[in-house]
Amino acid sequence: MDIERHEYDVVVIGAGGAGLRAAIEARQQGKRTAIVCKSLFGKAHTVMAEGGAAAAMGNVNPSDNWKVHFRDTMRGGKFLNNWRMAELHAQESPDRVWELEAWGALFDRTKDGKISQRNFGGHEYPRLAHVGDRTGLELIRTLQQRVVALQQEDEKLHGDPEAYIKVFAECTITRLLKDDSPGHGPHGAIAGAFGYWRENGRFIRFDAPAVVLATGGIGKSYTVTSNSWEYTGDGHALALLAGASLINMEFIQFHPTGMVWPPSVRGILVTESVRGDGGVLRNSAGERFMFNYIPDVFKDKYATTEEEGDRWYTDQANNRRPPELLPRDEVARAINSEVKAGRGSPQGGVFLDVSTRLPAAEIVKRLPSMHHQFKELADVDITKEPMQVGPTCHYIMGGVEVDPDTQASSVPGLFAAGEVGGGLHGSNRLGGNSLSDLLVFGRRAGLGAASYVDGLSDRPEAAAGDLRAAEAEALAPLDRTGGENPYTVHHELQQSMNSLVGIIRKAEEITEALEVIEKLKHRAANAGSPGTRIYNPGWHLALDLRNMLLVSECVAKAALLREESRGGHTRDDYPGMSSDWRRKLLVCSLDDAGAVEIEEQVQLPLRPDLRDLFDLAELEKYYTEAELAEGGATTVKEA
Amino acid sequence: MGYKAKFRVWRGEAGEGALEDFVVEVNEGEVVLDVIHRLQATQAPDLAVRWNCKAGKCGSCSMEINGKPRLGCMARMSTFTEEETITVTPMRTFPVIKDLVTDVSFNYEKAREIPSFTPPKGVAPGEYRMQQVDVERSQEFRKCIECFMCNNVCHVIRDHEENKQAFAGPRFLMRIAELDMHPYDVEDRQNSAQDEHGLGYCNITKCCTEVCPEHIKITDNALIPMKERVVDRRYDPLVWLGNKIFRRTKEKTPKA
Ligand SMILES: Cc1cc2nc3c(=O)[nH]c(=O)nc-3n(C[C@H](O)[C@H](O)[C@H](O)COP(=O)(O)OP(=O)(O)OC[C@H]3O[C@@H](n4cnc5c(N)ncnc54)[C@H](O)[C@@H]3O)c2cc1C
Ligand code: SF4
Ligand code: SF4
Ligand code: FES
Repeated sequence: MDIERHEYDVVVIGAGGAGLRAAIEARQQGKRTAIVCKSLFGKAHTVMAEGGAAAAMGNVNPSDNWKVHFRDTMRGGKFLNNWRMAELHAQESPDRVWELEAWGALFDRTKDGKISQRNFGGHEYPRLAHVGDRTGLELIRTLQQRVVALQQEDEKLHGDPEAYIKVFAECTITRLLKDDSPGHGPHGAIAGAFGYWRENGRFIRFDAPAVVLATGGIGKSYTVTSNSWEYTGDGHALALLAGASLINMEFIQFHPTGMVWPPSVRGILVTESVRGDGGVLRNSAGERFMFNYIPDVFKDKYATTEEEGDRWYTDQANNRRPPELLPRDEVARAINSEVKAGRGSPQGGVFLDVSTRLPAAEIVKRLPSMHHQFKELADVDITKEPMQVGPTCHYIMGGVEVDPDTQASSVPGLFAAGEVGGGLHGSNRLGGNSLSDLLVFGRRAGLGAASYVDGLSDRPEAAAGDLRAAEAEALAPLDRTGGENPYTVHHELQQSMNSLVGIIRKAEEITEALEVIEKLKHRAANAGSPGTRIYNPGWHLALDLRNMLLVSECVAKAALLREESRGGHTRDDYPGMSSDWRRKLLVCSLDDAGAVEIEEQVQLPLRPDLRDLFDLAELEKYYTEAELAEGGATTVKEA
Repeated sequence: MGYKAKFRVWRGEAGEGALEDFVVEVNEGEVVLDVIHRLQATQAPDLAVRWNCKAGKCGSCSMEINGKPRLGCMARMSTFTEEETITVTPMRTFPVIKDLVTDVSFNYEKAREIPSFTPPKGVAPGEYRMQQVDVERSQEFRKCIECFMCNNVCHVIRDHEENKQAFAGPRFLMRIAELDMHPYDVEDRQNSAQDEHGLGYCNITKCCTEVCPEHIKITDNALIPMKERVVDRRYDPLVWLGNKIFRRTKEKTPKA
C-alpha cells in the first residue's frame, strides 16, 4: 500500500509552546513547515500551565534584570545547569513575552498598564507574567492564533493557507527517518519522520531535512502525575533511537503540591501561585513546618520567623521570603518527610491554606481555576478551608543534549526544544521557567533548523529499509491475537517507577526497578490490541510502551549511577550533595543491541564573566576546590 | 464505597453504530471519564475518547451525558444515583469518527475565517500599555478552552447542516467580539460579523452560555454587545427585543 507522503523543509513534532514557537520561526524564515501533534491543535500540555512565564521585565520590581534571573535559575538547578542556556534564557525571555503581546495575548496588568508579574518559588523578584492561573492557555492560544495569522497571510499571497505552514493534528510519529547513503548529504542525517493518523490508523511519511522535537515530557511512566496521556516520552525515545543522546535523565521534578483526593484525581496540579500569593503549608499539628527545612545553601535568603515571612509579601526590600517559596525539590522533600513522620493530613498529604490568608473574593479572582477545580472535583471550597496536597511527578529536567545556541542535537538535522530538551534547568527547574524556555528555545530551534536547511547542498533521502521496518513495527500489536493487555503493562510500569524510582531513591530499589523494566520490555513486545486501525487507544498505547520503557530505563540507570542528592534526584543512601558530581553529566545513548548505556561527561567551566555574578562564598558550596582554584585565577586576572 | 454502575455508551465508526450496555465498577470521587477509562482498561480496549488534562482545562473530553453536553472529566459520578443508567454519546453537531470522538474540523475552519488580531502600525513589542479594566472584557472570552460545546448546542447548526457554511457559531462570534473589544485592535469587525460570520442567525437563546464549562457569558457579554455595535448601521429587531427583555447589568460597551 502506498503511504501518504509529504515534503517539507522543517517538520516540528509537537504543538505545545515549544513546537508552535519553533514552527512560527521556521515559517517566518521562509521555510515550508509542518506541525505534527498527537492531540487536537491547541490541546497540548502547555494549555495546562497555570502560574506564569518567568521573564525579567522588571515591571513590578525595577531591580530585576537578566543577571538576577540567571542567578536564580542556576541556584534552582544547583549549578548543574548548562550556563549558556541559562544565560540566553534569562536575556531573551522578556522579548519573547512582549512578542506574544504583539500577537494578541492579554496578560494581567500593573497599575501603570504594563504586564503584571507574580512571585514564585526561587525567583528573587516578582517575575512571572500571568493571566490569573491560566497562563498556559493564553500562551498556547496566542501561538495557535499566530499560526492562523500566518496562514491567512499565505492565503492572500499564495491562495493556499497551508502553503507554508500546516498542522497535522492527531497524528503520532513513531520513528525518525535517516539517510544512510554515503555521499548524499551529511552521513546519517535526518531525512524525515514516519507515523500514523490516530483517526484512521493510516500511515504517513514526511520527507524533510530538519526535524524539531518538541514533544514534552515523560510523566505517564508514573502513577501519581500532573501529566496527561501524551507524556509518554516519545521525543526522548525517538531521539535515542535516531542516535542522539539524552542528559540529566535522573532529574525529575516532583511538584510539591498535587491533589491527593479523590483517588482518581490524585496528582493533578495545585499551582505554586497559591503559595506565591500567600498560601502556607501546615502539618497536622497546624505548624508551618517549612521553617524547619531551610537548607544551608539557602539559609540567608529565607525568613526564619512567620512574622518576617508574612511581612515579605508587602515589603520585599526589608524582609526575606517565606520558606514555602523554596525551590520545588526542597518543598516536595519536606512534605514527604512530614507525611512519613506521621504529621500528614487525613488524606495522606499536608494542608495548603489560603482561606485564612486572603479575602474570599481575592482568592476567586487570583486563583479562579484552583477554586473551580477543588469545588468541582473534591467538594472543597478553598476560600473556606485548606486544601490537602502532596508531591506529584511533574516535569523532567533531562532531555536531548543540544547545542545551547541552535538547539541542534548530535544527529545532523535533529533539533529539540522545550521539555524534551535538556540542560537549561540543571537538576531542578524553577516554576515559570518552562514557559519562557519554550518561547526562547522554541524560536532558537526554528532558527537553527532553518539555517541548517539553508546550508545543505542536497536533500537527504530516507532509507527504504527503515521505512518498511517502521511500518512492520507499528502494525505488530494489531496482528497479535491474544497478546498481553497493554493497559496492564503500562499500569505495572507506572507502579514500579512510582514506588522504586520516585522522589526518594536507593540503590536496591532502583536495581529492582531495572529488573522490572527488563521483564516489562518482553511483555510489551508481546502486547496485542484487538480492534481496527480506526481511533484505537489500545493500539496507540501498545506503541507508546516502547517509548515509556526506554525512557524509564534511562531514568533508572542514571539514578543508580549518580551517588549524591541534588535537585530532582534524592538518594537515601547518598543524602549529601557532592561537588565532584556537580561537574559531571550522565549521558544516555543506545548501544548496538538497543540497550541504554551511560557515559559520564565533564561540564564546561562557567564562563568567567558569568561566574563573577556570584559571591565566592556561594560558589564554595557547589564547586570543588580545584574548580575554585582555576576560577579564582581568572577572576584575579580580570580584576 | 465502590458500586457497579450501568453505562450505555454509543459505539460505532463513521456514523454507523449503536448504544452498547456495560456494567462497570465506580469508586469514590470518580468522574465519568474515569469510568470510560476503566471500560478501556478492562472491557473495551479500543473504545475511543478524547482527553488530556483531566481537570477541565483543555476542552478535549466534550461528550453528551444523558443528552447534555458536558466535559467527561468534570462530570462527577456522585451527581448520579447508583441505580440510574448513564448514557454517554458523542457530540451531535459534529460527524462521528468513532465512539465518543467526533470530527471537529468545522471549528478550526471557522477559526481561520476570522481575521486575526490587528494592532496599529508602529507599536513595538514591549510598548503596549493597557489598563486591567480594559483587558478584562476580552480576557473573559480568552478563558475559552475550545471544548466546542457551545457550537454543539447552538440550534442554528445543531440540526441544520445547511447553516454551517454561513455561521461561525458562538465560539467564533465571541472571538470576533473579543478582538473588537481588544484595546489595540484596529480592524473593523462589525460589518463582517453580520455579513460574513452570520451574527444575524443568533437569536440569543443563550443555550451556548448555559453549557459553557468556563461559565463565560457568551450571549450577554459577547453576542448581544456585538449585535449592538452592528445595530448602529443596521436594524436588527432581535437586539431591540433583547434590550427590552434582558436587563443588562454590565455597562454598554463604548461604540468604536
Ligand atoms: C499542570 C501543569 C502546570 C504547569 N504550570 C507551569 C507554569 O505555570 N509555568 C511554567 O513555566 N511551566 C509550567 N508547567 C510546565 C510546562 O507547562 C510544560 O513543561 C510545558 O508546557 C511543555 O511544553 P512543550 O512545548 O515542551 O510540550 P507540550 O506542550 O507538552 O507539547 C507536546 C506536544 O508534542 C506532541 N507529541 C508528543 N509526542 C508526539 C508524537 N510521538 N508524535 C506527534 N506529536 C507528539 C503532543 O501532542 C503535544 O502537541 C506546568 C505543567 C503542568 C503539567
Ligand atoms: S445565543 Fe445565539 S449563538 Fe448562543 S446558542 Fe442561542 S442562537 Fe446560538
Ligand atoms: S465558549 Fe465555552 S462552551 Fe464555547 S468552546 Fe469556549 S469554553 Fe467551550
Ligand atoms: S480532559 Fe481536559 S477538559 Fe476534560
